[in-house]
Amino acid sequence: MNALFFWLFSGGMIVCALAVILNRNAVASALCFTFTIVFMAGLFVMLSAFFLAAVQILVTAGAVMVLFLFIIMLLDLTAMEHMPRQKIWMGCSLLLALGFLLIVAKTLEATPMGSTTISSLSTPGVPMRMTVRPQVLADGRTIETTLTQSQWDRYDDTHRIGRLLFRTNTANGRTSYVAPFEITSLLILVATIGVIVLCKQDERRRPSPREEIIREAPPVEPKEPSLKN
Amino acid sequence: MDITLNNYLAVAAILFAIGLMGVIMRRNLLIIYMSLEMMLQAANLTFVAFSRFNGHLDGQVFVFFVITVAAAEVSVGLALIVALYRLKRTTQVQDLTTLKF
Repeated sequence: MNALFFWLFSGGMIVCALAVILNRNAVASALCFTFTIVFMAGLFVMLSAFFLAAVQILVTAGAVMVLFLFIIMLLDLTAMEHMPRQKIWMGCSLLLALGFLLIVAKTLEATPMGSTTISSLSTPGVPMRMTVRPQVLADGRTIETTLTQSQWDRYDDTHRIGRLLFRTNTANGRTSYVAPFEITSLLILVATIGVIVLCKQDERRRPSPREEIIREAPPVEPKEPSLKN
Repeated sequence: MDITLNNYLAVAAILFAIGLMGVIMRRNLLIIYMSLEMMLQAANLTFVAFSRFNGHLDGQVFVFFVITVAAAEVSVGLALIVALYRLKRTTQVQDLTTLKF
């Protein structure tokens, strides 16, 4: 059952990915890419990464691909669909991809844990990483209670990732992810401002299309009144 | 037949190779950009597979960060493409030769 779903999801993913790069129509490519992402979310579920599967569908298949489709339709790329393919570049890319796959295959042969089967792993899959749970009382004192393995096993995937992201206990030398999380928020702020700056039309430099038409039209010749006389 | 770690890694490698092919082969900037996204997603799949088979959750946290940064990157990149289209009226890479030596 597990294997069936693996082959279904991975096969669908690879077929859709090939359709992305081979399709002439950009909108069809974007839709195929969306299906690639959905199949990958299925693979994430099989690896018991439920939170990431949900995030993958919400963020990548939802927000990012809508943005792509919006830009493709905004730019109107239909004129470029009938250009001839470049055979030499197709050959070069195929050669490069096959070389890459050869290197990866050689590496996978030598991976020591490569033949570990997924059914041999324990069911929760993730051992406890944090033994001490700090707890702030109502009067401001902090007490630390020990989290037992059975408590940790009861948590679901999202809960565990949240605890790993925001834990403040780094006594065992493991780093906390609070600082990268905050820096990511700063990065998103910078990206937002950058997008606004990039997309803002400079009204002084670029005339509107109507003005361009008026400027490029030939000047109207005044009628010669001398002909009539 | 049971699924091993190598199966997941091979699928991720094939996805990465397809993305690489797309970047080299296609001339439309938007498709190239989609192929780049595909390569990022292949790396994500590798992260999650290793995280599952090693029994760490840190790989999943990394994928969380990668998805966030990729979303920000897509918004900036598409804004650049729109600005370029306004300037040059094209999204084909062979028409963008301003920096060519």
